[in-house]
Amino acid sequence: MSTINSKIPQGSLSDKWKNYKDHQKLVNPANKRRLDIIVVGTGLAGASAAATLAELGFNVLNFCIQDSPRRAHSIAAQGGINAAKNYQNDGDSVYRLFYDTIKGGDYRAREANVYRLAEVSNSIIDQCVAQGVPFAREYGGLLDNRSFGGAQVSRTFYARGQTGQQLLLGAYSALSRQIGLGRVKMYKRHEMLDVVTIDGRARGIIARNLVTGKLERFAAHAVVVATGGYVNTFFLSTNAMGSNGSAAWQCYKKGAWFANPCYVQIHPTCIPVHGEFQSKLTLMSESLRNDGRIWVPKKKEDAEFIRAGQLKPTQIKEEDRDYYLERRYPAFGNLVPRDVASRAAKERCDAGYGVGSTGLAVYLDFAEAINRLGRHVVEQRYGNLFQMYEKIVDDNPYETPMMIFPALHYAMGGLWVDYELMTSIPGLFAIGEANFSDHGANRLGASALMQGLADGYFVLPYTIQNYLADQIQVPRFKTDAPEFDAAEKSIEDRIKKLMNIKGNRSVDSLHKELGHIMWEHIGMARNSEGLKEAITLLGKLKQEFWSNVRIPGESADLNIELEKALRLADFIEIGELMARDAYNREESCGGHFREEYQTPEGEALRRDDLLSYVSCWEYKGDNIEPELLKENLEYEFVVRQQRNYKN
Amino acid sequence: MDKNINITIKVWRQKGPKSKGSFETYKLNNVSQSSSFLEMLDVLNEQLISEGKEPVAFDHDCREGICGMCSLYINGHPHGPDSAVTTCQLHMRKFEDGATITVEPWRSAGFPVIRDLMVDRYAFDKIIQAGGFVSVNTGGVPDANAIPISKKDADLAMDAAACIGCGACVAACKNGSAMLFVSAKVSQLSLLPQGKVEAARRAKAMIAKMDELGFGNCTNTRACEAECPKEVSISNIARLNREFIKAKLAD
Repeated sequence: MSTINSKIPQGSLSDKWKNYKDHQKLVNPANKRRLDIIVVGTGLAGASAAATLAELGFNVLNFCIQDSPRRAHSIAAQGGINAAKNYQNDGDSVYRLFYDTIKGGDYRAREANVYRLAEVSNSIIDQCVAQGVPFAREYGGLLDNRSFGGAQVSRTFYARGQTGQQLLLGAYSALSRQIGLGRVKMYKRHEMLDVVTIDGRARGIIARNLVTGKLERFAAHAVVVATGGYVNTFFLSTNAMGSNGSAAWQCYKKGAWFANPCYVQIHPTCIPVHGEFQSKLTLMSESLRNDGRIWVPKKKEDAEFIRAGQLKPTQIKEEDRDYYLERRYPAFGNLVPRDVASRAAKERCDAGYGVGSTGLAVYLDFAEAINRLGRHVVEQRYGNLFQMYEKIVDDNPYETPMMIFPALHYAMGGLWVDYELMTSIPGLFAIGEANFSDHGANRLGASALMQGLADGYFVLPYTIQNYLADQIQVPRFKTDAPEFDAAEKSIEDRIKKLMNIKGNRSVDSLHKELGHIMWEHIGMARNSEGLKEAITLLGKLKQEFWSNVRIPGESADLNIELEKALRLADFIEIGELMARDAYNREESCGGHFREEYQTPEGEALRRDDLLSYVSCWEYKGDNIEPELLKENLEYEFVVRQQRNYKN
Repeated sequence: MDKNINITIKVWRQKGPKSKGSFETYKLNNVSQSSSFLEMLDVLNEQLISEGKEPVAFDHDCREGICGMCSLYINGHPHGPDSAVTTCQLHMRKFEDGATITVEPWRSAGFPVIRDLMVDRYAFDKIIQAGGFVSVNTGGVPDANAIPISKKDADLAMDAAACIGCGACVAACKNGSAMLFVSAKVSQLSLLPQGKVEAARRAKAMIAKMDELGFGNCTNTRACEAECPKEVSISNIARLNREFIKAKLAD
């Protein structure tokens, strides 16, 4: 059925990556110096790739939209990073990390990719420690671990509640060293607006200098996109304000397949929405579920009194509380995977047991942990998160339970890549959250950091050489090629068109409208009617955007509204493709829940006989339906089951 | 309980690095005290756009206090009147109904203004590029548990590593010194065995680069520590001075 070659190496699961490395082509040091690589993005994947490729001897051009490479949104990851070290002697292994990840992803990822990820996970921890990342330690001086959702072992390494920050600063320091040595050229406040292909291969990018507003051209032998995910399509998410899907989307429009766009993760523990002016949602780390217990009132009338402000959570007696995760999933309790925890919260709130003034919240309670461990231990483990909560909500979580609700967090879908992390355009690679590869339909906690760094430090620096080995005779490209002219011209036209609309709506007001459509129809629960309606609504919104957006200022100048408008134009189209993909996928799996397909207990019902494939969408032109290609997912090593976290 | 308030805000507007800037005054009504300071500025910008004017340019990204991008000098304080927060974590409940709020960019020779409230902090990156790293390549490193590190040192290193590179320390300092920033990185790495190997070279290189980029000297006013959103301690500066003197003596 499948005509797609994902280039999975031969051999047993544990031999595949070894076999690949043993037989792949390499580039010798003298030739590396003659090859240029563009890396777009400076998050965990981008920074680690740029640094490692430069260490190997390639010339690297690295781009970020922020004022410094250290600001990429990987920095906000809180809880930790998984690795199969088994330092705790609690039964962990490479196979078990692989198995948990593929099960957590609801059997919608490639076995070979996930196994490789688990294999290199240990090297990541070694590398980060060597860089001086201050991971948490035990009194004996060795590394400490904690547990995350979907696992029964403690394999998560952490640096207080700032693991992403510390890992990113580690990668940033390696990158900075290479910039200082002149092996990486850093372009900050530059946004990639298109990929340039010559004879079918990726050979460069067009980027907008965000300070001057000018379009600039850059050529290279290969292009690596490490620009993160697209969940800001929903307007409200845990992503940074600048996080966007445009670089990946422009690759799609140049012919790179977009895979599984409907798989997005809704994180169960975020601070609930509180007003129309709100600009983003704040995550409360999953690590809190190690010690916090999630509950709502058992009696509807208690929930009603709480919503009306007549009753406080601390006044609800123990026997009147419903610790619904512990009740429904005794084996994993509060540490079920994110998709399961989010849906369970929605189920309780929909049934009328939600708390907070809106009824769209549940409690995350630390009273038991504080009794058991003492306040100082809880403070040591989660102090910065508690402080963050208090600053936003103005409530003390040591005394009263936190209120939380699910929010958009991560995109498992993204650019399709083969085993070598190359997209369907030769010479164009995608790493980190920007690709679709390792998390299937749901990502486990503490696995994003693992995947970003695995791709950047230990996978791409190998696989890209297999491509570049054939490119050593290719001289450096000039940016005056007609392909660069054409790409720049089409961006210029697009910008001109946007500036000339001079309508009445601000970019943000349109983006909020997009967010409402997405949350309502393509959010935690989806159905065929709603998805059809979403496609209609998104078409109307697209029209409204292209006829009524207002962008003050000039285009050849610093212009933040223009930056946002360019991204929003793409978000609307990404939303359309998400709806289309969700409509096509007539099953429930991981983060994708179709109401028509559920078990009698309300769990996700997968349909492996019909839908065991990666949906790869190929762009066919504006206002033409994209074509769906299917990469069949063969399970050779793992027996797929209905996911069970009950016993 | 949070309520809605009316405020007057005086914002620094400046077209470019070489242009002359000035304050503009705006009135904003019905601002929710539950909103963050930056959400209040979003509302102001919506208002300006609807009037056909150019919105105020300011840096921001994660809006949860960790990326270090937001950088506003509010009523005379970097990141405003609340303690241990970045601008994005400052909420309007810290302001009274009828308040007048003054908003300026970081002001320092090391951080030229790009537009309005946006400044160029690439000097910080250059200081890190001069030596704020451990010189190891990817691969070929020992097992992570091969080097035990005392919990105390690991915790102290983490305290220093919490720096988000926002530049509030420089903005707070009357000398425009970057010593707190530099010392945080030098401390983190010199506390750990991995970083000790090149500690002397690092301290000298980073200080030389800081001087070259036009940051001022430290005169121990402690303003940096008081305004640091991550409460990085000036004991790091003492540690940096020790490292620097040791390095110089060894020369």
